[in-house]
Amino acid sequence: MTKDITRRGALGTLAGGAAALPLWARYTHAQTAEPIKIGFQVHRTGIGAAYGRWYDRTTNAAVKLINEGGGINGRMVEMVAEDDGTNPKRGAEVVEKFANQHGCDVAYGTLFSHVVIGSAPRAGELKLPYFVVSEGHHVASGMLNRYTLQPGITDVKSQVLAMAPFVAENLGKKVTMIFADFAFGHNHRDFFTEAIEAQGGEVLAHIAIPPNETSFTRYFPKIPRETEVLYHVMVGPSVLTFVKELGEFFGPSAPALFGFIDSLEAVDIASPGLEFLEGTYFWEGMCRDAQPDETEDEAFYRAAVGVDAHGAAVEDPNDVSTYGHMFGCWITMFAIKAGMEAAGYRGPQDRAALIEAVEALGDMPHSRAYPQGPMRFNGRTHQVFGQQYISRVEDGRLVRVHTTTIDESLYPDKVDYTQQPL
Amino acid sequence: MSGAARITLLHGGLIAALLALHFVLPVYHHGNMARIMVLASYAVGYNIVFGYTGLLSLGHALFFAAGMYGMGLAVQHLGMGPGAALAIGVAAGALIAGALGLLALRTTGVAFMIVTLMFAQAGYLAILYFGDWTRGDEGFVIARASRVLWGIDLSDPGNRYLAAWALFSAALLASLWLVRAPFGRSLIAIRENEARTVMLGYDTFRLKWAAMVVSGTISGAAGAAYALLFGYAGASFAAVEYSILPLLWVLLGGAGTVLGPFVGTLFMFYLIDLSSGITTAYMLIAGVVLVLLTLFAPQGLMGELRRRFWGWLP
Repeated sequence: MTKDITRRGALGTLAGGAAALPLWARYTHAQTAEPIKIGFQVHRTGIGAAYGRWYDRTTNAAVKLINEGGGINGRMVEMVAEDDGTNPKRGAEVVEKFANQHGCDVAYGTLFSHVVIGSAPRAGELKLPYFVVSEGHHVASGMLNRYTLQPGITDVKSQVLAMAPFVAENLGKKVTMIFADFAFGHNHRDFFTEAIEAQGGEVLAHIAIPPNETSFTRYFPKIPRETEVLYHVMVGPSVLTFVKELGEFFGPSAPALFGFIDSLEAVDIASPGLEFLEGTYFWEGMCRDAQPDETEDEAFYRAAVGVDAHGAAVEDPNDVSTYGHMFGCWITMFAIKAGMEAAGYRGPQDRAALIEAVEALGDMPHSRAYPQGPMRFNGRTHQVFGQQYISRVEDGRLVRVHTTTIDESLYPDKVDYTQQPL
Repeated sequence: MSGAARITLLHGGLIAALLALHFVLPVYHHGNMARIMVLASYAVGYNIVFGYTGLLSLGHALFFAAGMYGMGLAVQHLGMGPGAALAIGVAAGALIAGALGLLALRTTGVAFMIVTLMFAQAGYLAILYFGDWTRGDEGFVIARASRVLWGIDLSDPGNRYLAAWALFSAALLASLWLVRAPFGRSLIAIRENEARTVMLGYDTFRLKWAAMVVSGTISGAAGAAYALLFGYAGASFAAVEYSILPLLWVLLGGAGTVLGPFVGTLFMFYLIDLSSGITTAYMLIAGVVLVLLTLFAPQGLMGELRRRFWGWLP
């Protein structure tokens, strides 16, 4: 049988062939003498800017230490920072820039969850390992992909799971939640409500506050009278106003207050107007005020990032850090280092091996590299788990009163990323 | 060379050049150009209402988001294939533009701006309110398996570029045809002098409404394509910023020129991208350049070209 070549058929074949031509200028393999480039997706502008600055500082401190110790696999680490404007579209563009223009080995450092979720699909397509420091449950929820990992900070779901027993046993079982009305606050709303019910408690009211709100007094009358515990978690530039107005509203007769330190990150607890916080409780990812039993590893980290015993910059006591979160950057950098060393990472051709090595991290013992406490990385869900801290405000300082175990923060896996192809 | 031949050559030339760039662009710029073509399609849609009909809408993010969420939600919650979901996205853009047009076109001038802006804000807040479905500001990922259209994997960079090119070519050619057809001429007549157009016997409300629907359809198609090609739908694309951006792109490139939206989008994208490599205060550089451009080329880049050299430019 003969097959005639038609003009249309020939054109179709040509067009198909042309479209399949490899794109010009693909990855150039890194030379071993070249530095390892880590693309740092930083929130320099937009709603995440206050966090971005301290994330920047912690990252630089970690890089300095790694390089002083001989770098990774004998190569220096070079950070390539790009502002994403705390915007998911720009975030995705920045990830492309890291992979295709700067020739970065990995991307790192994103905090806000919408930027992570907007950027992660591109990281997965570009096969660029993407290490986020975001606290969101999106990584472990299974929404993302095998190239997105969170080895440096625990997620909200595990934090509230670990907190709920303490709240129910020590503060009360009738809770009213005030939270920022966006995804991060919704994570708290959904997971804490579930967790406190499991402890025999209940949430009387959910009060959502829009992220751009500047005055809060009109929300407080919605708090039911029988509330025993007021759970608050706010983020953004107006947190100080929020806490001050909360104090003015209640005066001396407030219910027990339990807040996430997010409501007071980068804010001095001893600020005028915050006296009513005395005796209230906070979740902290890491203790801002140096505790009497501070370990040598914690003290080393504190000194390395340039923070004093009260959580402020050494050179400026008014510049309070985001201490409860920024350790995630430090730990992530050292997790990248550990992964690259285990994988014998040489260049982009070893990215798949790097992912597998990080998935195999498992227990991360308390050390200078992991100063927050012992941690455990779940390779299937790409999420790290760790201890959580509850502190009480005493004389304007945050004093740790309870430490949860890692096991208290665990929940069943929702995904097994290791089943996805690399 | 006749006017028609010059117009065909110029616009066909751009489409051919963009196709040729697929084979020669370095990988980073290749990815950027795919994105620019999708966003430029959105600007092309906006230009029909703003550039040709003279209606300053501040609510086009609603149409872009309608396309994005129409497509994304159909995949996410109804389990539809990307082809059907894409059609739903485009239809959502058209439908919402039609409904908004019926209400907003009862107003003119500043009131039209405010009404469109308010509706778009209402749309944005609705996306946040129905967070259980839309995942609010966080948005959601469109799984790779849902992005395979007619056997073509649109997460592949080459396929993505060609899909973006096809969308942009279709939008550009539709816009070119439209503004040279009697319908487009009557839109320009409305822009220039609506009272006189009414006096000549045209039903200007109907024409403006049709322009809104066409514009909303193209904007919706761009939104749906964005979600499909880049795998993400989020509320930030419905925020006021995404109503202002197409206005900016069209003003920069030249309002009321067929090529203006593309030129403006390209210019703005690389202005941000290049200036962010120089300083962290890149928005300042972008701002200064925009002020200079407004001072020295108030009709936009293509508008200035038309004024000085190419009077025949559509």
